[in-house]
Amino acid sequence: MLSFLVRRLLSGIAMLAVISTLAYLLMFMTGTDIARNLLGQNASEEAVAARAAQLGLDQPLLTRYVDWVSGALHGDLGTSWFSSVPVTELVGQRLGVTLSLVFLSTFFAALVAVIVGVIAAVHRGWIDRGLQVGSIVGAAIPNYLVALVLVIVLAIQLKWFEPTGYTRPQDSISGWLMSITLPVLALVVTTVAGVAQQVRGSLIDALRQDYVRTLRSRGLPEWRVVLLHALRNAAGPALSVLALLFVGLLGGAVIIEQLFAIPGAGSLAISSTSQGDIPVVMGLVVAIAVIVLVVNLVIDILQGWFNPKVRIS
Amino acid sequence: MSENLIEVRDLVVEYPGKGRRSAPLRVLKEVSLDIRPGECVGLVGESGSGKTTLGRAILGLAPVTGGQIRYRGQDIAHMHRSQRRAMGSEIQVVFQDPYTSLNPSMTIGDILAEPLTARRVPKAQARERVKELLDQVRLPSDALTRLPREFSGGQRQRVAIARALALEPSLIICDEPVSALDLSTQQRVLDLFVEIQERTGVAYLFITHDLAVVRNVSHRVAVLYRGDIVEWGDAAQVTSTPEHPYTQRLWMAAPVPDPDAQEVRRAQRLRLLAQQAELDEQAGAGAGADEALPRSA
Amino acid sequence: MSEALTTQSAPAADPETAVPSLGRRLLKDPLGVGALGFLLLVVLAAVFAGVIAPYGWNDQVLADALQGPSSTHPLGTDGAGRDVLSFLLYGGRFSLASAALAVVVAVGLGAVSGLIAGYFGRWFDSLGSWAANILLALPAMIVLLAARSVVGPSAWWAMGIFGVILSASVFRLVRAAVQGVRNELYVDAARVSGLSDVRIIFRHVLRVVRAPIIIQVASIASVAIAVQAGLEFIGMGDPEIPSWGKALNNGFTKIYQQPMLVLWPGLLIALTCLALTLIANALRDALENTGATQPKAPGHAGTPGATQSSVEDVPLLEVHGLRIAYGVPGGVKEVVHGIDLDVRAGEVLGLIGESGSGKTQTAFGIMGLLPVGGGITGGRVLWHGEDLVSKPAKELAALRGNKIAYIPQEPMSNLDPSFTIGYQLVEPLRQHLRMSRAQARERARELLARVGIPDPARTMRSYPHEVSGGMAQRVLIAGAISCEPELLIADEPTTALDVTVQADILELLRSLQQDLQMGVILVTHNFGVVADLCDRVAVMQEGLIVERGDIREVFADPQHPYTRQLFDAILSEDDVRPAYVAREMAR
Repeated sequence: MLSFLVRRLLSGIAMLAVISTLAYLLMFMTGTDIARNLLGQNASEEAVAARAAQLGLDQPLLTRYVDWVSGALHGDLGTSWFSSVPVTELVGQRLGVTLSLVFLSTFFAALVAVIVGVIAAVHRGWIDRGLQVGSIVGAAIPNYLVALVLVIVLAIQLKWFEPTGYTRPQDSISGWLMSITLPVLALVVTTVAGVAQQVRGSLIDALRQDYVRTLRSRGLPEWRVVLLHALRNAAGPALSVLALLFVGLLGGAVIIEQLFAIPGAGSLAISSTSQGDIPVVMGLVVAIAVIVLVVNLVIDILQGWFNPKVRIS
Repeated sequence: MSENLIEVRDLVVEYPGKGRRSAPLRVLKEVSLDIRPGECVGLVGESGSGKTTLGRAILGLAPVTGGQIRYRGQDIAHMHRSQRRAMGSEIQVVFQDPYTSLNPSMTIGDILAEPLTARRVPKAQARERVKELLDQVRLPSDALTRLPREFSGGQRQRVAIARALALEPSLIICDEPVSALDLSTQQRVLDLFVEIQERTGVAYLFITHDLAVVRNVSHRVAVLYRGDIVEWGDAAQVTSTPEHPYTQRLWMAAPVPDPDAQEVRRAQRLRLLAQQAELDEQAGAGAGADEALPRSA
Repeated sequence: MSEALTTQSAPAADPETAVPSLGRRLLKDPLGVGALGFLLLVVLAAVFAGVIAPYGWNDQVLADALQGPSSTHPLGTDGAGRDVLSFLLYGGRFSLASAALAVVVAVGLGAVSGLIAGYFGRWFDSLGSWAANILLALPAMIVLLAARSVVGPSAWWAMGIFGVILSASVFRLVRAAVQGVRNELYVDAARVSGLSDVRIIFRHVLRVVRAPIIIQVASIASVAIAVQAGLEFIGMGDPEIPSWGKALNNGFTKIYQQPMLVLWPGLLIALTCLALTLIANALRDALENTGATQPKAPGHAGTPGATQSSVEDVPLLEVHGLRIAYGVPGGVKEVVHGIDLDVRAGEVLGLIGESGSGKTQTAFGIMGLLPVGGGITGGRVLWHGEDLVSKPAKELAALRGNKIAYIPQEPMSNLDPSFTIGYQLVEPLRQHLRMSRAQARERARELLARVGIPDPARTMRSYPHEVSGGMAQRVLIAGAISCEPELLIADEPTTALDVTVQADILELLRSLQQDLQMGVILVTHNFGVVADLCDRVAVMQEGLIVERGDIREVFADPQHPYTRQLFDAILSEDDVRPAYVAREMAR
């Protein structure tokens, strides 16, 4: 198990290195054009050159990259070209908001999905058919459209929530909860049926296995066969779906944050890309890659816990 | 040209181990065997003995680590892929599973024509040949336009035999060709194998775990045990008076379909196991022990 | 040669064969047809926008801003006074075309690389899988935003890049499908026939991956449209081009003044995505066979509970007129047509038959463990004179494992891979005999020792994949006898095992049967196994028992033609092939 985890960790780190290198090279390849973009088309050649030098853009790409990596290893991802705030600080503040949104959504989506998935797998019937329709619609309709409907109905018409805006938890816990309810709801509604469908599918697969018949032949109560044996064997595939769900929600949060005017990493990504604030974009990419890496590692650990074959080999 | 159609000399097949550092898995350990033209050589072994691997190595589907496979005097074990492809008409195969060895989306006609068109046989000629083949394996000619799933296991196996015969090979590797079939079908397909051999003079390497089958079709028999051939000789001798302790155990293990005869055999088997255990003990521990199991319960 | 002349037609469709008729089958699905029709309409409307649209997309009449639907503006006007209908019609061109770009890039890149990686493997496979992992590691939206900071606001670039990201999922799909085909025996056979790799790919591999790719295209297109519109919606699109996402954005900024403005583009995006997903789904349904129904058991009116008779000469188990059927598309198929059986205490009954004779179904039916879709449609199963068919599931469960035990055919797949062997042995002991954990563990160790496992303590801690097939079968036998059952149902208990192991297991079963004086139903197709173990035998053919009797009588003098036919088919031990005669070498 330990060597398995070490292997996964190493391959994750290698992947991180590749992602950051590729991202860096692609983003900074354009060289001094960046300085002109920052200053506008009317700026003089001297001003552009001066700005480029100030940002270190006149250095060879490789030198800059080595500098950036040694900085990154010390936790320094550079400074924003616009606000002059350190990137780590900027990203750190915003990412917390996004992560709270995404983790809450993942948690609720997973919880509801397991319950609904198990019921649908065992009882079939109308719950199963409803789940099928729900997962098709959920997979098809973009989450921002669902969010729009929620805003129009629950906020504008019924006035239960503020349509947009964000309250920090340190200012008011209840205010924070109110402000993230609609975003979380939008993210959960569009994903939960799909995940539940996966849980249902892998549980039905597990229930079809020979050993389930043998367990029943030993006279075990049905709940033990389903919830202990079959569900545990279905956990592997379901967990892989959870990893994908997390990445998907992280992406989905970008639009949702913009829509609800929540100051998270998504809206930071949008503002910094439209400004061309490349160090911030770069920092965001690296930070999100690290988070995805960590989440995958946790899921690997859980996989190993559920599946003895992984643990032992 | 040597008298043998195929000669396997000190063949070693290894598959890479699972981890990077783990040792390669040695499936065949210097196996030697020969097959004469028109002869049926039975290859008997239990699961994991390497019997399927030996067949696949001769077909060019398994990696050969060492040794030689000579076909009519020419080493084919280390041939280049394209040369090997040209060999296709000489050595053919019938697999165990008649359900997965035929492409479910192709008609029987297409399946049978495939080896012919691969050799650029003209269409009209190929069509003639396919009809001939169906006739040879006793399938109705309207089978041509139908899909494999419309046929039973025994019929599919006939199609597989027809495909193997298409290019008039001199050797067919038969990998457990009747194991998946029901008893009554099994016998008819075996008869077909023998009949085709008598008529066309094709040689067989007949791989099986079923002793009754091997006794019925083979001229000579090789017994494979954990990658080694432990006994090799005329079918009559190997199947009636086996010399190697493993072969003896194997023969005794198969139950006879007769209650009284089986009672006798059961007693013989227990006696044999006791004797062998005694010999093993005298010769030092574990020389011939197969599994970490007691010989009997 | 009856076997060679009859053909059966299977109702189930192999996915591989379904491709040619995929379109036709799709047309049978009303939802699929509706979705396809809607999509066609949207595409045509976008293509002929220049003809249909009442205005240019950017014709601004500020005085007419934010009007509701009217005869001049069927869908109203936006904040800049543009006609919403015209904007959406022209916008469809871009939204659909950019999604198509993403699909083309994704399928082109993903399918080709997946094919190569899946078929040839080696370094290309490792590289490709690794690249796919990287592409799927980051949220697509973040990558698209990052890319925008480099390539600027070009939506074509964005969708091209999105296509590259999506290609990772196409790659995985195609690679897995190809790997599946590559290991098929028919591909080996083609290789042996001398087909080149290119020919094999075209003839055998492409057929299999075609259908999944078509399905994937529909779902990818849906995602591409959603993401493209999403980018436009948050203002990250190309300001020069009309699109559905931009219409949504326009509407969102005026959501208080004119909520209808988000409705039209929102509805259009939602319906288009939904249509594509429905098409993908309908295609998938057309490929998979569905629609089996559960046969209903007839009410057991009139024969509730037990038929009373003196306990003494009541057999352990009596089966009367048992019928078992399965739901198939369009009806019910009966596989067991009313059979009678009985087993007395301490007696071994062999149930012999060829595949499809219904012998295994009978065994499952007796235990009440028929697979989904199957059911007992008639007859009675009397346990000590008490009917099991009408018994509540709970009472039946209390009997199973306790009084009636089962040994399966395939040892490895019948142990739960996620739990230790010890856990699986302890569970029923605690359930039925109410043992404490320590007691149950002690008993499990004794059982393992009893079935001939050399190191019970270690085996208790092992997981199923750590033991051999023969060992696993011993473990399953230990589990079956753990509560000292009165009846043991063994379904081909040695078929999956090697001959030498089979002999050991038969020996074990014999000694256990004698020790515990169990009644046994031994389901098998092997006459040798019957001869070795059974007292009586029943021969099954196509769901009926055609002959039964004392084993020595039946073996010596079979009465039914089918039984005789089976005996004739047994290969005799004395039948050795005549010696090899060298002939002159052909060719």
